[in-house]
Amino acid sequence: MDLLEQAGCVVSVPPAQTCCGQPAYNSGDRADSRAIAEQVVTAFEKFDFVVAPSGSCAAMLKKHYPELFQGDPEWEGRVKTFSDKVFELVSFLTDVMFIQKLDAKFDGSVTYHDSCSGLRELDISRQPRKLLAMVEGAELREMKDSDVCCGFGGTFCVKYSDISNSIVEKKTANVEAADADILLAGDLGCLMNMAGKLAREGKTTKVRHIAEVLAGRLDAPAIGEAK
Amino acid sequence: MKITTPEFKSNAVDALANENLQKAMGHVQVGFIEKRKLAADGLPEFEALRDNARDIKDHTLAHLDLYLEAYSEKVEESGGHVHWAQTAEDARNIVLDICRNAGAKTVTKGKSMISEEIGINAFLENNGIAPIETDLGEYIIQLRGEAPSHIIAPAVHVLKEQVEEDFRAEHTHLDIDRNLEEPETLLDEARTVLRQKFIDADVGITGANFLVAETGTSVIVTNEGNGDLTQTLPKVHIVLASLEKITPTLEDVSQILRVLARSATGQEQSVYTTFSTGPRRETDVDGPQEYHVVLLDNGRTNMIGTEFQEMLRCIRCGACMNHCPVYHAIGGHAYGWVYPGPMGAVLTPSLEGVEKGGNLPNASTFCGRCESVCPMRIPLPKMMRHWREREFERGLNPVTQRWGLKVWAWFARRPRIYAMGARYAMRAVAMLAGRKGSLTSMPMAGGWTKYRDLPAPEGKTFQQQWQAKGGS
Repeated sequence: MDLLEQAGCVVSVPPAQTCCGQPAYNSGDRADSRAIAEQVVTAFEKFDFVVAPSGSCAAMLKKHYPELFQGDPEWEGRVKTFSDKVFELVSFLTDVMFIQKLDAKFDGSVTYHDSCSGLRELDISRQPRKLLAMVEGAELREMKDSDVCCGFGGTFCVKYSDISNSIVEKKTANVEAADADILLAGDLGCLMNMAGKLAREGKTTKVRHIAEVLAGRLDAPAIGEAK
Repeated sequence: MKITTPEFKSNAVDALANENLQKAMGHVQVGFIEKRKLAADGLPEFEALRDNARDIKDHTLAHLDLYLEAYSEKVEESGGHVHWAQTAEDARNIVLDICRNAGAKTVTKGKSMISEEIGINAFLENNGIAPIETDLGEYIIQLRGEAPSHIIAPAVHVLKEQVEEDFRAEHTHLDIDRNLEEPETLLDEARTVLRQKFIDADVGITGANFLVAETGTSVIVTNEGNGDLTQTLPKVHIVLASLEKITPTLEDVSQILRVLARSATGQEQSVYTTFSTGPRRETDVDGPQEYHVVLLDNGRTNMIGTEFQEMLRCIRCGACMNHCPVYHAIGGHAYGWVYPGPMGAVLTPSLEGVEKGGNLPNASTFCGRCESVCPMRIPLPKMMRHWREREFERGLNPVTQRWGLKVWAWFARRPRIYAMGARYAMRAVAMLAGRKGSLTSMPMAGGWTKYRDLPAPEGKTFQQQWQAKGGS
């Protein structure tokens, strides 16, 4: 919210929202996905832009909603107009609002995980790095294979937990080798997965959403930590 | 080939515990990826070539019947024979008949995934004919009695120390003190052993990377030259290919060749690209006396006109599995049938049925890396999702999962109740976590907490905070 307001936006949070429907969509339940999507479109279509602080939710709204309504004369055009206005938070700040400076400070090092949906469906990779460079004092330490999946994958991590674990183990090893104070990403699923694994392994790297560093709001506890 | 895809989960657990396999898979994760990237970045028109390759195959699939007929006519014109095989069984019987007519005792084989799909080796053996794999990787796994674990690097799961053991066990006529520690010495030994087999073989079976409608030509790409010896030395050459290998013209083939090797191994071109058309002509100095093409359908025409048609663009480069985190974790055998990795996750349910293959399209994080490197731009995650939809429509997924989803969706369609539920759930999880901020175990979340802690939410929900701040 701070970031959007700093960028000069007037922000609303429609209360009639729940989820983008991705869990149903990726489980093969098209009917429920559509019903949820109709609700989201109706709640948000009156705004100039729709911004989500998550690459996978934004990709669902932007890339997959049009596919869900393809060939439906009543909804197709309406959904296309809606989807064109959807952006993921970080790329919205750089690509739409052309943010040139941030009012944020962090004396420490960060490493950034490229979440798959944001990276490959929305082409988000240079935008977060550009913004991190505007945070006074923050040093970006790239990890090896930052663009490789963390093994979350929604219900995958529970249905195929053994495989998921093998994937996230490689990720946390790369995070540790990067030797940064904070691990950042732009998608909550990945953050929870990596934070959960790091905690289980007894590693001390903090895990936060990238917006927390960009907004200079590091007062709240990191993911998986208590006050 | 026996399908063990329904046991995918336990296959995967075994694979994760297999130290040799895990060591071997470490190599896949580095070599293939770096080489492909260098090759793709080194060619400015690479992305445009991918578009072109996709368009060529889309056009071909839209007119598949016409191109197949044209191809068949050209093969017959050049003195060859085309055999149409609707099922794997048909294909096996056709191959056996040809071998019997040739009085064959041994058959050399170039690398062919279709031969795996129809299980030709076991079938020929049962009928008294000895098949000999001549691709080094295939030769190794034939000695080991295994199936390929990768479509272009069939023995990628085997360490070189294991190959040494296999060679010592098999090649007992060679000096016991010989050095087999280097890959080169292993290769030399395989060459020596295989040389005589090439000369002795009565029939040579190869696959095909392309079948050219314009000329009736079959095309193979190899790196070892074994394919050439297989198809030119014996008196009978059998090409085993599935019907989507058809490509309209030589020009089209040359376009797709430019993305094939780059995507597969990072080579600009394979060491050998061999074109063969019909049997030996009077003026030819060598070549087979008979040239047969066995064209396999085995369920592929059922994919035409469905949401899985685009899968038939696949040129079997292996880039999808080379870049797949799931494949890296468990290797190819765990997938339980012929085709592993993302392409196998779409193809296995298409050809063997979703009842048997249903695990595979579910065992994906949808990270999309496969699609991002597929030279034919096949939307693999989208097609895996389509398989999940088919499963869901037919009620094939577990009851607990279906009900869980239904209950969640009921809430998700009611924002007020959903928000309330979120508040209660948050409070409950936060209470369970206490002062630690995360949970090491939680009822119903065993899949998560077996390997990770569950970070607990802090404070109030976002909606509550936003309202408290006076936001709208």
